[in-house]
Amino acid sequence: MQSFVREVVATSHSTVKEPLDLIRLCHAYDQHLNMILGDVEEVVTTIEIDDETYEEIVRTTKRTVPFLFVRGDGVILVSPPLRTA
Amino acid sequence: MLFFSYFKDLVGREVTVELKNDLAIRGTLHSVDQYLNIKLENTRVVDQDKYPHMLSVRNCFIRGSVVRYVQLPPDGVDAELLHDATRREARGG
Repeated sequence: MQSFVREVVATSHSTVKEPLDLIRLCHAYDQHLNMILGDVEEVVTTIEIDDETYEEIVRTTKRTVPFLFVRGDGVILVSPPLRTA
Repeated sequence: MLFFSYFKDLVGREVTVELKNDLAIRGTLHSVDQYLNIKLENTRVVDQDKYPHMLSVRNCFIRGSVVRYVQLPPDGVDAELLHDATRREARGG
């Protein structure tokens, strides 16, 4: 008959612990994840769905840029390169 | 402040600013501010046939928030200097 309401309040004013060292991946970065990258390859992937067959057509466009500033508000995910041992 | 300082050092150089609406504008970096708003001079749109809107525009102000990329001159980057500045910035944050 008793009901327990447990309230867990976590107050943290510290920043998130960085799981990877961004300085290894890029020339410069800041707290907004604005970055300067070198030897960049941009891959744009588009998926078109055929109206009749409903098949997915995957298209990729690539280009290279020697040095690039990327504005942080467009960044969704950052990951290190896959290491092939 | 890191990138604000970096862009201030780049004033006078040719850059290509790519916006979030896919428009790319090439021009000489005239000035930048704390929001990374950019003023370009002597501008030319990269794909003029696809984007004829700005054929007569030679100078422009670009709001920082609409920028996706800024393509930098290959010799406009001092890797050592940037690494050191980033380390200092990361420590202070």
